[in-house]
Amino acid sequence: MKVISKIVQSPKVDKVGIEDRIYRVTKRSIKKEAKIQGLKMALNMIDLTTLEGMDTENKVRQMCYKAAHLHDEFPNLPTVAAVCVYPNFVKVAVNELKGTGVKVASVATAFPSGHSSLEIKLEDTKMAVNQGADEVDMVISRGRFHQGEYQYVFDEIAAVKEACGKARLKVILETGELGTLDKVRKASDIAIYAGADFIKTSTGKIKPAATLPVTLVMLEAIKDYYYETGKMVGMKPAGGISNSKLALQYLIMLKETLGNKWLNNQWFRFGASSLANDLLMQILKQETGAYQSKDYFSKD
Amino acid sequence: MAKEIKTLEFTGEWDLAPAPENKDHISLKKKYGLFINGEFVNPKSGKYFPTINPANEEKLAMIAEANEKDVDLAVKAARKAYNDVWSKISPKERGKYIYRIARIIQEKSRELAVIESLDGGKAIRESRDVDVPIAAAHFFYYAGWADKLNYAFPNQNPSSIGVAGQIIPWNFPLMMAAWKIAPALATGNTVVLKPAETTSLTALKLAEIIQEADLPPGVVNIITGAGETGAAIVNHNDIDKIAFTGSTGVGKIIMKAIAGTNKKSTMELGGKAANIVFEDAPLDQAVEGIINGIYFNQGHVCCAGSRLFVQESVYDVVLRKLKDRMQSLIIGDPLDKNTDIGAINSNEQLTTIQKYLAIGQKEGAEMYQPTCQLPKKGFWCPPTLFTNVSQSHSIAKEEIFGPVLAIQTFRTIDEVISKANNTPFGLSAGVWTDKGSKIFNLTSQMRAGVVWANTYNKFDPTSPFGGYKESGHGREGGLHGLLPYLNL
Repeated sequence: MKVISKIVQSPKVDKVGIEDRIYRVTKRSIKKEAKIQGLKMALNMIDLTTLEGMDTENKVRQMCYKAAHLHDEFPNLPTVAAVCVYPNFVKVAVNELKGTGVKVASVATAFPSGHSSLEIKLEDTKMAVNQGADEVDMVISRGRFHQGEYQYVFDEIAAVKEACGKARLKVILETGELGTLDKVRKASDIAIYAGADFIKTSTGKIKPAATLPVTLVMLEAIKDYYYETGKMVGMKPAGGISNSKLALQYLIMLKETLGNKWLNNQWFRFGASSLANDLLMQILKQETGAYQSKDYFSKD
Repeated sequence: MAKEIKTLEFTGEWDLAPAPENKDHISLKKKYGLFINGEFVNPKSGKYFPTINPANEEKLAMIAEANEKDVDLAVKAARKAYNDVWSKISPKERGKYIYRIARIIQEKSRELAVIESLDGGKAIRESRDVDVPIAAAHFFYYAGWADKLNYAFPNQNPSSIGVAGQIIPWNFPLMMAAWKIAPALATGNTVVLKPAETTSLTALKLAEIIQEADLPPGVVNIITGAGETGAAIVNHNDIDKIAFTGSTGVGKIIMKAIAGTNKKSTMELGGKAANIVFEDAPLDQAVEGIINGIYFNQGHVCCAGSRLFVQESVYDVVLRKLKDRMQSLIIGDPLDKNTDIGAINSNEQLTTIQKYLAIGQKEGAEMYQPTCQLPKKGFWCPPTLFTNVSQSHSIAKEEIFGPVLAIQTFRTIDEVISKANNTPFGLSAGVWTDKGSKIFNLTSQMRAGVVWANTYNKFDPTSPFGGYKESGHGREGGLHGLLPYLNL
């Protein structure tokens, strides 16, 4: 495959420079109309997620209702972008969300560790897709990646992409296990060139999950690919983004790195669960001038 | 096969609402006298001139113009304070006063930052995060040296010089005042300082801080005015040392004027720094460093990375990234917390910059500016870059002191070293590469006082700063910064 030569040449990343850039991003002051617009945009980019061993159909149903009805007391609010569940709950979610415009995403490929055979990973993926998942969130084989078997990682992603059919593929790099920003960049390039529709930071099971520096490195990989090919790839930071201020900082960074075309849920997502209520609270604060009690916002 | 170029778009969607820094908390007098012998006094000249906000051309205050008689009074006050007090009190006591100044600067940091941006046009982001903290840090740092000079220069019996005449520029008014005053006081000298005529306000606020710190009268005198006032300081017979930061042209005049006298001197003059990007550099961070190198403080920086050298193999991608990043910069009201690039310091400087923009195009270089709306009033210049630049173009040879970048390409390391050194200046340089050995090879061959590796425009009071060749002599900052104020 021609791609590997490209991967080996992944540009270098300077951590200190990245942190300097992040400092400037976090100093942006977002006020008034820009703040309301940003908060609503963030709300509309959420993949509302439940990925727990104790998940049940009822829990998934409750979350799906919330996804489509964030806060009915307040008119003209967007819905979240998608819900994200384990493959065996895809069917329930699809039924619940019919006609709402909210997409169903499923994790797959032996999430979260990714330790299984390729056959089983492909079966896992096909099951999710056959049940009606619009999007598949796969994990890369981090062990193989650390062993330097980049071609294996690349081929695996390419195979899963094929198994996805029309479903969009998000590739989770699990950056908390990669160690350096240079490795994050390399993994991003492998995923992008192997056919990822989105690259995603984390499973949410490892700390640190998404961070601004890691996300910036991934956005830069997306930018370089766009320069090279003219093709857009989406970005999904996941885990650890629980308040509005931080979400707006992600969006500012997105806007200043990739520009306006990425400022929508076709190209940017937040993998988060508690972020939605904080955004709602802030939006209502902006519109009414007062903070509401947390108890006015339903949890699921 | 021609590649289809799709462009990124940065404006017109989710534009940030204005976020102006509050300025109700600042206090400015309508009229400022001269700070001589611990008091604000009316100038003997009887003359005042206005200082304006370059972002909207509104008058901020009237500033006294010191003539020869005023300068003489200031020098006499400084001499008396030197003889009677400052050279006699214990070094530890000197240190206490300097610490006190540092702390009051920190306490008043918000006010100082706002005034700096109002008077000079620089973005509040910079005055808040760079100018004011570094000014305080210099006082803190040199306060620590005051009672340790014998350890700094063991067995050399360091002693103070006397009265220092200090003339500072308009690009970092408060910070430059701190760079000058802090080491002079720590080493036991007294001071007559003149800020630049377009940016006197923060120096005068510093005079108020010095009053508040209860410094003995006459130890620091701050007098305002333009070139003639500066000349009167330089030519005064009872001054022992001249410390000047400003243009190479004026520096040469000063050196001629003090030739044959006993006056010591430090000169921190112009620059035309090379910023060198190798193909193995972290390119996105290099682009950020290029931006920070040349557009920081609207390019009004003597160590600005105004000559960019990019290795040919990555030239196209670096240029594209650079243009995209320029398009995402926010230009406008210096007091807005989101502003990246503020106003040009004065109409005079804007005219100079515009002259170079015309020359650059006339000489055949290609000019690029991002699309941006500039405010109607005030002095503005969008961030600008030139491609197709030759080493012999005026824009690659002369210091512009504005947001103007001249880009050249290179093939080999030897080529870029010879091009980078091929300038009468030698203040600073930058090098971007992932390879450590390349950094050491290059930095040891650069004829420049400061060389930054994989970063740019970083300052710290512990690090000496100063130039080679026509960028000046003497060092400010660090242990080296004590030397010009001592007899050994």
